[in-house]
Amino acid sequence: MSAATAPTGDSKLLRVEDLALHFSTTRGVVQAVDEVSFDLDYNEAIVILGESGCGKTSLARAILRLLPRNTALYSGKVYLEGIETMALSDEEFRRDVRWVKMSLVPQAAMNSLNPVLKVGDQVAEPMIEHYNVKKGEALDQAARMFQHVGVPVEFMRRYAFELSGGMRQRVALAMALVTAPRLVVLDEPTSALDVLTQANIFNTLKRIKQELQISFILITHDIATSSELADRVVVMYAGQIVEVGNSSTVFVEPLHPYSRKLLASVPRLRATQDPDFIPGHPPSLLNPPQGCRFADRCPSRFDRCAEEPPVFGGGRSQVKCWLYA
Amino acid sequence: MSVEVIPQETGQAATKNGSLLSVENLHVWYELRRFGFGHAGYVKAVDNVSFELQRGEAVAVVGESGCGKSTLMKTILGLVRPTKGDVVFEGESVTSLSARRLQWYRSQVGYVQQDPYGALPPFMSVRRILMEPLIINRFPKDQRLERINKVMEEVKMTPVGDFMTKFPHMLSGGQQQRVVIARAMVLEPRFIVADEPVSMLDASVRVEILRLLRSLQATHNLAVIYITHDLSTVRYFSERIFVMYAGKLVEKCKVDELLRNPRHPYTHALLEASPDPDPHNLLTFKEVPPGEPPNLIKPPPACRFHPRCRHFMKDLCDVQDPPDFEVEPGHFVACWLYK
Repeated sequence: MSAATAPTGDSKLLRVEDLALHFSTTRGVVQAVDEVSFDLDYNEAIVILGESGCGKTSLARAILRLLPRNTALYSGKVYLEGIETMALSDEEFRRDVRWVKMSLVPQAAMNSLNPVLKVGDQVAEPMIEHYNVKKGEALDQAARMFQHVGVPVEFMRRYAFELSGGMRQRVALAMALVTAPRLVVLDEPTSALDVLTQANIFNTLKRIKQELQISFILITHDIATSSELADRVVVMYAGQIVEVGNSSTVFVEPLHPYSRKLLASVPRLRATQDPDFIPGHPPSLLNPPQGCRFADRCPSRFDRCAEEPPVFGGGRSQVKCWLYA
Repeated sequence: MSVEVIPQETGQAATKNGSLLSVENLHVWYELRRFGFGHAGYVKAVDNVSFELQRGEAVAVVGESGCGKSTLMKTILGLVRPTKGDVVFEGESVTSLSARRLQWYRSQVGYVQQDPYGALPPFMSVRRILMEPLIINRFPKDQRLERINKVMEEVKMTPVGDFMTKFPHMLSGGQQQRVVIARAMVLEPRFIVADEPVSMLDASVRVEILRLLRSLQATHNLAVIYITHDLSTVRYFSERIFVMYAGKLVEKCKVDELLRNPRHPYTHALLEASPDPDPHNLLTFKEVPPGEPPNLIKPPPACRFHPRCRHFMKDLCDVQDPPDFEVEPGHFVACWLYK
């Protein structure tokens, strides 16, 4: 592996190259993330869309190096502000990257708060841990974050159970923001919340993105709400990225047959056509098929699909499908 | 139908104007206790709800979590006793049924749970899961397998033989939900209560399951109560829609009518907050009413939405409970704006 020297003048906040993450299980090796590449600009929000089991959460874990014990393969390169994070030791990564440069709002974050700590103390904790500041100073910073995410500052003295689901979600967000990271990974931030609360949280996220110049990686299967925040869209299928593009094109005219089917399956309030489902099931990641992984379910498959398609296009718009050869 | 379900007399005279189920001034209050005894108030989960359900009709109940939709459903299923008011099924009051009649009633009502994996016993095969209701309701022994085969075909779990011996963990989420639907259908019920049947499933499967429910509803002339918080799926499923807020039904009308012409300020807010996948969403902020749904122990007086409402009228909305105003035939709104 090359040294952790920065490719100088990297204009991207994050570059992921050929990232792979495999898990070993009793039934074999699960190829959860398979040679995935994408990049992210400063102050940009990217959404990773996909169905359950397509590897989106594993991708987030791979970027944040939160690996489970049964990791079989972890390879590729991740550059964050030009630093190759995978070359750092665990301790260096914990000290210099995680929660300093990028942080995570985990799935069901509202239930992951510590029940016996006041939420204010919890939000202040990463400041004390990473920046070695006095508690009072950390609490001041936490109070500022509470204002940013729209939780009344007096709620800092409360415990998690005294807050509603939406408020707890905001607290988890404040905890991710308190150390002023450049990148926040949001794993299904609103899937357990009500429509109005959801809309409220997305309003907050948009505002924070402007105010704090933060980049987001949003991981979700809720396509409709993801369009509230995403500048760019990554579509994942069976452990691979099948399409990357600007939200203004992907949400309107997706290229990959899977993305087209996925968008057509979304029930819409303001459209006339009926949604359609995708027949069949995604392949098992234990032994994924050779060639294009979507070929079995694809309406436009042809002979070449037996071979694995490379990624066509480049930069902001990529698609992994032989139709665009 | 070829199979008779429990040879017992069906209910006497149908309810007024022939509806299958009618809910009359239903109140469900849970009593709060201080230190295990000593009264400490009520949680008014359902407060004065009335509606009628016709044979073969699908209605959706839409509301946020904690608005009382699950309590309403449980009361209809006979799992919770109402504090006041009644649920009447084919002329019989569900709340005063004897144990035997209650069993009959439950054979007439199917229940599709929200989380299919949690709703299926993990140690039973699909065949056993579907057999259970037939055994409990003393369905003729020699016809049981035939009935199970038929219902499996109806939910499109084919070839049936492949699935019969499977256990729930061996099935995908969509297949599990089909088994749950098959179980609800196996006794040929008159109506089905579906509590968020697709919220745990992936987008690509959701539509498939909704279509399945819809086609079962049409072929069996089933009445369906579809409980959800997702307005976008309602359109493809039900004829009428009830919007619930803090224990009350605030708007009742046809689905198209509601989407085209929502009247209650809360319905407006819900529609406004439900996005479609559209890149333009990126550029705008949603208008969301301030605050959060009220605590149902001490809900705001009169109209429960008034502290969050844009059109709040002092000395009216916070003093007098709005009755149902019929703004158009069949379109009821509980809001003083339409007096």
